[in-house]
Amino acid sequence: MLRYLLKRSLIALVTLWIIVTITFLLMITVPGSPFSDERSSNETIQANLEAHYNLDEPYHVQYLIYMKNIAMLDLGPSIKQPNQTVNDLLGRGFPISFELGMVTIIVAVISGIVFGIISALRHNGIIDYLSMGFAVLGISIPNFILATLFIQKLAVDWAMFPVATWSSPAHMVLPVAALATGPMAIIARLTRSTMLEVLTQDYIKMAKAKGLSPWKITFKHALRNALMPVVTIMGTLLAGILTGTFVIEQIFAIPGMGKYFVESINQRDYPVIMGTTVFYSAFLIFMLFLVDIVYGIIDPRIKLHKKGGE
Amino acid sequence: MKTANGINPAPSSSSIPDEWFTLKEKDKDAAEQVARPSLSYWQDAWRRLRQNKMAMLGLIFLILLTIMAILGPILSPYEVNTQDRPNQYQLPSSEHWFGTDAAGRDVFTRTWYGARISLFVGLVAAMIDVFIGIIYGGISGYKGGRTDNVMMRIIEILYGIPSLLVTILLLVVLGPSLFTIILALTITGWVGMARIVRGQVLQIKNYEYVLASQSFGGKTSRIIRKHLLPNAMGPIIVQMTLSVPTAIFAEAFLSFIGLGIQSPYASWGVMANDSLGAILSGNWWTLFFPAFFISFTMFAFNVLGDGLQDALDPKLRK
Repeated sequence: MLRYLLKRSLIALVTLWIIVTITFLLMITVPGSPFSDERSSNETIQANLEAHYNLDEPYHVQYLIYMKNIAMLDLGPSIKQPNQTVNDLLGRGFPISFELGMVTIIVAVISGIVFGIISALRHNGIIDYLSMGFAVLGISIPNFILATLFIQKLAVDWAMFPVATWSSPAHMVLPVAALATGPMAIIARLTRSTMLEVLTQDYIKMAKAKGLSPWKITFKHALRNALMPVVTIMGTLLAGILTGTFVIEQIFAIPGMGKYFVESINQRDYPVIMGTTVFYSAFLIFMLFLVDIVYGIIDPRIKLHKKGGE
Repeated sequence: MKTANGINPAPSSSSIPDEWFTLKEKDKDAAEQVARPSLSYWQDAWRRLRQNKMAMLGLIFLILLTIMAILGPILSPYEVNTQDRPNQYQLPSSEHWFGTDAAGRDVFTRTWYGARISLFVGLVAAMIDVFIGIIYGGISGYKGGRTDNVMMRIIEILYGIPSLLVTILLLVVLGPSLFTIILALTITGWVGMARIVRGQVLQIKNYEYVLASQSFGGKTSRIIRKHLLPNAMGPIIVQMTLSVPTAIFAEAFLSFIGLGIQSPYASWGVMANDSLGAILSGNWWTLFFPAFFISFTMFAFNVLGDGLQDALDPKLRK
């Protein structure tokens, strides 16, 4: 287990280092200095600005400074919003995005697993066909289209939910629904197929033969084994939800990190784009790492393998 | 004398006289005859795919979409980008089948033009993924040992990089165009394919027929061409079918956040983004058509991929 943890954290660190290096390389390939379009400033001011942000140093020195700053969790200033640093923007936006993301993942996991179990237990029944048809639709409709559809129908036409912003639980319903549908559908399909596979195993027959209640068979024996693949794809799903928040926050005017990110893309605010990317990547890599640890804990084969072998 | 089935007759049946039994000549021709026509792997897969209604629906939709993507803009009397401000927000009619948008552009023409871009991006990105994935995964799986180990560590690291973020970064720096979008999508997209190919090759290269081919002096290139690739083709095709909608979604997503094909050109994502404000004023069709076609194209590729997965899996063969 310790070996497994070490290996995983090493891979996570290398991945992060590669991302930081890529962002740095891309940043220096952007033509011109970030201040070259400031019309009001003359050459002296520009030179001073560049000196202030260490842009006059050779690239390898800049790289070291950049690496040092990131290691100190300083992601740099915004060049389009005066007196704002990327850390300021993150501090304001991230808690909201985190809330949106966490509520989404909880809703998606619970409802996806419930749909998957029901479909598997009613295999080839009407409920199975309905929920699986719904699942394929959920995978196929992009979240930004669902979001606009929800706003149009549920918020504007029928006035059931608030149209936008983020202040009360009622405001959360539509963005979370738009964001959770895709992951929920993926989880439901995966749970269903692995449940169907698990239900044919000998130990399920054995449990039935012992006379265990269907409830106990489903939850204690079948579901525990069927959840393994769901844990494996959690990392991918998290990445999808995270990028999903960019558009969802923009559509619903939620003042989260994703909204600032898309704004910074449209304004070409390079330090904010780079800093946010590094932050998002670090967050995702950390989540992937957590998923790996959880997987190592719940899958006894990994522990056994490490104890017995190697 | 032995009876027809070779077992001594039971005492009760011994009352039947032997003359009643006649030896029936075995019909040699009939025994050699093949009852059902022999099907190759692909014929069998196609036969099973045809029975899957959803997959066929998806396939037919995609064929029609491809035809319309080629012919639609030619058939329509309108140009993609000709603006006609006085005629903005026309309802769908005999003149403009899908209506017109905020700038009075014909939505019908733009939808098929968008289909060209979406299909082009999706297919080219998927093909490049397959190409790189087969080479990388093939080498990694076939060589094995230390090479495989190093190549898999690289994959593991790349797999942790959030692909859409790298895509966004690249497009911000390189500037969005058809070429850069495909480049940005494939730069991380091939990793999944490489993993699948490697897994397949690793499995197949240990089968007896590969060993047989090796012991008959088959060259590596022949084994790869004749044994490994054809047998790994099923999962590769499935993965490719399922990676097209991912690329189409990514293109629409990027257009939507302002990094896609730039606005006078039509792509479904650009059209959806342009018409976000319009639906609130009740002009639903400007969003409906691109939204419908993005969703239904992804739906078609997904059900076709699911169908192919079942049809190409020899374990499910009946």
